[in-house]
Amino acid sequence: MKRRTLLISGAGTAFAAALGSPLRAQEPIKVGFVYVGPIGDGGWTYQHNEGRLALEEHFGDQVETIYQESVPEGPDAERVLTQMALQGADIIFTTSFGYMEATNNVAAQFPDVKFEHATGYMRNTPNVATYDARFYEGRAVIGTIAGHMTQTNKIGYIGSFPIPEVIQGINSSFLHARKVNPDVEMVVVWAYTWIDPAKEADAAKALLEQGVDVILQHTDSTAPQAAAAEAGNVYTFGQASDMAAFKPTPRIASIIDNWAPYYIERIQALMDGTWESTHTWGGIGDGEVEIGEITDAVPAEVKAEAEQMIADIASGAYHPFTGPINKQDGTPWLAEGEVATDEQLVSMDFYVEGMTGEIPN
Amino acid sequence: MFGSIDPLLLLASLMVAATPIVFAAIGELVVERAGVLNLGVEGMMITGAVCGFIVAVQTGSPLLGFAGAAVGGAALSLLFAALTQYLLSNQVATGLALTLFGLGLASLLGQGWVGIRAPSVPDLPLGPLRDIPVLGPVLFRHDPMVYLGLLVCLGVWWFLNRTRGGLILRAVGDNHDAAHALGYRVVRVRVLAILFGGAMAGLGGAYLSLVRVPTWTDGITAGAGWIALAIVVFASWRPGRLVIGAYLFGGVAQLQLNLQAAGVRVPVEILSMSPYIATILVLVLLSAGRAPGCLGRSFHAAR
Repeated sequence: MKRRTLLISGAGTAFAAALGSPLRAQEPIKVGFVYVGPIGDGGWTYQHNEGRLALEEHFGDQVETIYQESVPEGPDAERVLTQMALQGADIIFTTSFGYMEATNNVAAQFPDVKFEHATGYMRNTPNVATYDARFYEGRAVIGTIAGHMTQTNKIGYIGSFPIPEVIQGINSSFLHARKVNPDVEMVVVWAYTWIDPAKEADAAKALLEQGVDVILQHTDSTAPQAAAAEAGNVYTFGQASDMAAFKPTPRIASIIDNWAPYYIERIQALMDGTWESTHTWGGIGDGEVEIGEITDAVPAEVKAEAEQMIADIASGAYHPFTGPINKQDGTPWLAEGEVATDEQLVSMDFYVEGMTGEIPN
Repeated sequence: MFGSIDPLLLLASLMVAATPIVFAAIGELVVERAGVLNLGVEGMMITGAVCGFIVAVQTGSPLLGFAGAAVGGAALSLLFAALTQYLLSNQVATGLALTLFGLGLASLLGQGWVGIRAPSVPDLPLGPLRDIPVLGPVLFRHDPMVYLGLLVCLGVWWFLNRTRGGLILRAVGDNHDAAHALGYRVVRVRVLAILFGGAMAGLGGAYLSLVRVPTWTDGITAGAGWIALAIVVFASWRPGRLVIGAYLFGGVAQLQLNLQAAGVRVPVEILSMSPYIATILVLVLLSAGRAPGCLGRSFHAAR
C-alpha cells in the first residue's frame, strides 16, 4: 500500500470511529464466491455466478460481492478461502464438492465468518452450512425423455467423479429411461474432471462410436453438445445451464440450476441475524431445479408425459426413488412403495439393478 | 479384451487428439533449442484458441481463423520476448506470468462468444487415397491441420539438422557467448524462435476451439500446454520423439475413454492415469539426449 493511500484510509478510519456506529451499520455485507471453473463455462459455474448477480441486483448497495474463478479442488482452495476471509468477507460460498474439507478447515480458523458449501455434507463448526439441489429430480425427467427418444436403446452418460451426487443422477435417469423403455442400456464414461472441453468432447465421441444416440452429461462445458451436433441424429440435454445455443437439436431439454432464491434467502438471514448452520436441499418444487424448454424434436405425448412428471415431483406426489428398487447385485434396496430417505440418497454408492459396469472407488 | 471398439476409428481419432499437443510442443521445442524456456505455452494456446475462434466466426473462414490464432499467439509471445530478451527478466517467472495473463486475456476476449458454433473445417480432399482399405479411414480422412502439424515437425527437424539457420539456432541455445563471439545476433535469433513458438501454440489452441471441441468455452485448453511442455523435455528436444510422445499421449488418452465406453473391466483409475504413465515410460526409455546448454539463461552482450 502506498503511503498516501495508507494515510487516507487511516483518516477514513479515524473519521468513522469519530462518527460511531451509524456508519458501520451501513457497511455492505461482503459476500465471497469460490468457483471451480470459469464463469464462461456455460454450465455449472455460470449458474452460480448468475446467483451472485441476482444478489447484487436484489440487495443493491447492501452487499458487495467478490469471487475467484477456476480454483482447484484440494489444498489450494484453503489458501483462496483464507485470503477471502482476511479480505473481510462476511460469508463465503464454496461451490463445488471438492472444497468440503478446505471449507471446514478454514471455517474453524475464522469463527466470525460464515461459510456455505455446495453439494457437501460436512458441517464441523457452527459457522458452516451446506446446500444442494435435488438434481436427481431433473434427471428423472430427462431420463424419461431419453428412454423415449433413443433408437439404438443405448444411452450414454458422461460422469465426472464417482460421488453420491453423480451416482444419484445416473441411477435416477437410468430407472426412468428403463421404465418407459425396458430395452434401454446405459453406458457410463468417467471423465474425472468437472470441466475439460476437449476430454468431454472425446468422451462424447467414444460413446457415439459405441452406438449411443442419446447423451447425458454431468460435466460442465458445452463440448459434448457440440460433438453431438457434429455427429447428427444424436440428442443431448443441457446440464446445469440451459445451453440454449444447441436448440432445437441436439439439445432437446435441460436441467437448470437456479441458485438465486437460495442465495438471496441466506443473505437476508445473515442481515436479520437469523443465519444458522443448516443443510438445505431444494428441488423442482422449490424452484432450485428447473427443466429448460423441451423442444419440438420431442413428440408431443412424450413432452406431455415429462411435464406431468415435473408437476408431480413439484407437488410432492411423486418421488423419483420410489420402490421397488433393487441394487445392482439384486439385493432389495427399497420395498414396494417405499421412498428413499435423504440419508440414503446422500450416501448412495451403488448402481441400481440393470446397470452394467462398476463404480470406481 | 477390447470388446466392441473399432480399431480404425480409434486410430483415426488418435491423430485428431494428438494434434493440439503436436503444434504446441513443436513450437516450444524450437524455443528451447534456442536456449529460452517459455513456460507460457498454456497462455499462448488459449489466447490462440479464442483469437482463432473469433476470427473464424466473424469471417466464416476457418483458414483465416487459424491465421488469426497464429498471430494472436505470436503477439502474446512478443510480450515474453520483450521482457526476457530486452529487459532480461527471469524466464521462469515471466513464463508463468504469461500463462496467467493469457488465461485471463482469453477469458476477457471470449466474453460474448460462449455457446456459438464455429464454422466447420472440411477434410482435406485426398481423392482416391480416402478409399484405401484400412489406411484410408485412419490416415487420409482428416482436416488439413492434422497433416500440417506433421509437416511442421518434419520441417523443424530438417531446419535444425540440415540447414545453416538451424545450426546457428542450436549454437545460440548451446552456448550464447560463443555464438555472440562468432558474430551471430543471439537476441534476434531468440526473439524469432519465441515468435514461432507463440504462433504454433496459437495454432494448437485454435485446433481445440475450431476442430476438436469445436466451440468456445473458458478454460478450453485445460492443461494441454503443460502436457506439451513436458513432452518436449521427455522427448529430449528431438522432433521425431516429440511426435511419438504426442501421439502416444493422445492415443492412450483416447483409448482409455473408448475402453470405458466399451465396458472393459479394467479399473477406471488405472485407465485415467494410463496416458501419463505410458508416455513417461516410453519417452524415458527412449531418452538419451541432453538439454540445450544455455536453456533458461538470460543473455546480455556486456556480460
